[in-house]
Amino acid sequence: MRKYLLDLTVSGNEKLSGNYILMKLTSEERLPDMLPGQFAEVRVDNSPSTFLRRPISIHFVDRDANELWFLIQLVGDGTRKLAELKKGDIVNVMVPLGNSFTMPSLEQQELLLVGGGVGIAPMLMLGAALRNLGYYPTFLIGARTKKDLLQLDAFENYGKVYMTTEDASCGEKGFVTNHSILTQKFDKIYTCGPTPMMKAVAAYAAKNNIDCEVSLENKMACGVGACLCCVTDTTEGHKCVCSDGPVFNIKDLKWQI
Amino acid sequence: MADLTTNIGNLVMKNPVMTASGTFGYGEEFSDFIDISRIGGIIVKGTTIKHREGNPYPRMAETPSGMLNAVGLQNKGVDYFIDHIYPRIKDTDTNILVNVSGSTVEDYVATAEKVGELDKIPAIELNISCPNVKEGGMAFGTSCESAAKVVSAVRKAYKKTLIVKLSPNVTNIAEIAMAVEGAGADSVSLINTIMGMAIDAEKRKPLLSTITGGLSGACVKPIALRMVWQVSNAVKIPVVGLGGIMNATDAIEFLLAGASAVEIGTANFIDPTVTIKVIDGINAYLDKHGFKSVKDIIGQLETK
Repeated sequence: MRKYLLDLTVSGNEKLSGNYILMKLTSEERLPDMLPGQFAEVRVDNSPSTFLRRPISIHFVDRDANELWFLIQLVGDGTRKLAELKKGDIVNVMVPLGNSFTMPSLEQQELLLVGGGVGIAPMLMLGAALRNLGYYPTFLIGARTKKDLLQLDAFENYGKVYMTTEDASCGEKGFVTNHSILTQKFDKIYTCGPTPMMKAVAAYAAKNNIDCEVSLENKMACGVGACLCCVTDTTEGHKCVCSDGPVFNIKDLKWQI
Repeated sequence: MADLTTNIGNLVMKNPVMTASGTFGYGEEFSDFIDISRIGGIIVKGTTIKHREGNPYPRMAETPSGMLNAVGLQNKGVDYFIDHIYPRIKDTDTNILVNVSGSTVEDYVATAEKVGELDKIPAIELNISCPNVKEGGMAFGTSCESAAKVVSAVRKAYKKTLIVKLSPNVTNIAEIAMAVEGAGADSVSLINTIMGMAIDAEKRKPLLSTITGGLSGACVKPIALRMVWQVSNAVKIPVVGLGGIMNATDAIEFLLAGASAVEIGTANFIDPTVTIKVIDGINAYLDKHGFKSVKDIIGQLETK
């Protein structure tokens, strides 16, 4: 897929509950085609301690409004600088980067999308794409506490939403892998979130012989497979999360699960 | 429009801007963003005689105005390059150079010989300065004797333009450069990355799997510039300057310090179009100051 280097205009930059922002970017030109699971490398200006671009998942593409959405957790100076951007400011992005989630095969009907924390970001675009294909996916969203559960209304547009929180402030108490919905049968699982969560989901999928794709977010520099910094260990050796991933099938990863 | 052509030994370049090995892949990775044939030269990823998996993740840590890497020469080996990558990139209308690395003198020679048979590769950059491999690499580039030994051996086996990439992790880089010149190198390029490290205080752990790594980016530029100036005063062969070049002004500073060409590395990660901006910026500088050729500013630093 062709990659672009674009100066996009901030059309919205909303502070969400917890420590998150929902940034919306637009352009006078039609935004390029993007697939669920792909990401952007976002340049952060005016932050002396931020040298490299920040890889950020594509949360959603609103074609009617010609908007690209990023759901961003504020973790350091770079993301805090992004949070300060105002409507009309310009953001330079390389997009779309990486591979994408694979669409289900014919026999895969019951789909589970598991997101943890800010890892829910790519699940919205994936859910929308699946709904568009006629599926009715199940979302399972995990967070520490209620205020870290984001974009629930948006997810409800595309499927049934279940939640877990570690403090029981919303949904079932515990981790996503403790949720009672997992007693149902699923044909394919997609997941993105903290590595321990993805490993637990992968272990559940492997044990129950369910096809499972995970989206990794290793530290990156180039974003296009040139520098080989962001590798993960696979059955075929080191592969770049930025260009061979970020989406991997768990059968190709050398996770100890 | 000034004349931007420059020479490195017998290698003629349409402009003095190359991409540094390991930062630009095989060029193809950037072709959606720029016309890569406009670049003076593309130095592809460090290539070794055999496949190397490189170091475990994490291999990169961001640091103030720079980054540390510890990739460790991950590549599929020279035969894979020749069979699978070379056919795809050989007809790019620019100089494609291969960065050759190794663990032993024999490895360097064998890899250089194989690359020497490729018609469309007019030069190699011999990497005797990689700080991220346990054997060989930088070990060759940190003493005059071992540097001269590997360069002499490769010189006998490789007839085209031989550039030797020097390590800054030495007491006196000019002495190494002279040793390499004496052993038959056509040019030296400098600097490779500077050994550094980064620590996560909260976790009390290093940020890199290898603990130490190579520092690059804007933060290394003053060191690189100083070394290019020292080396260009010490040797007669052309010098290729690199280290922290982020824009055209940085590149011009290296040319003034004595570099006949420059390489752009880490900046490609921040702006994938930076090479084109640097080429255009050098041209604009030459026009503005009334220089007809880029050769008119090489080594023209006024120190009095």
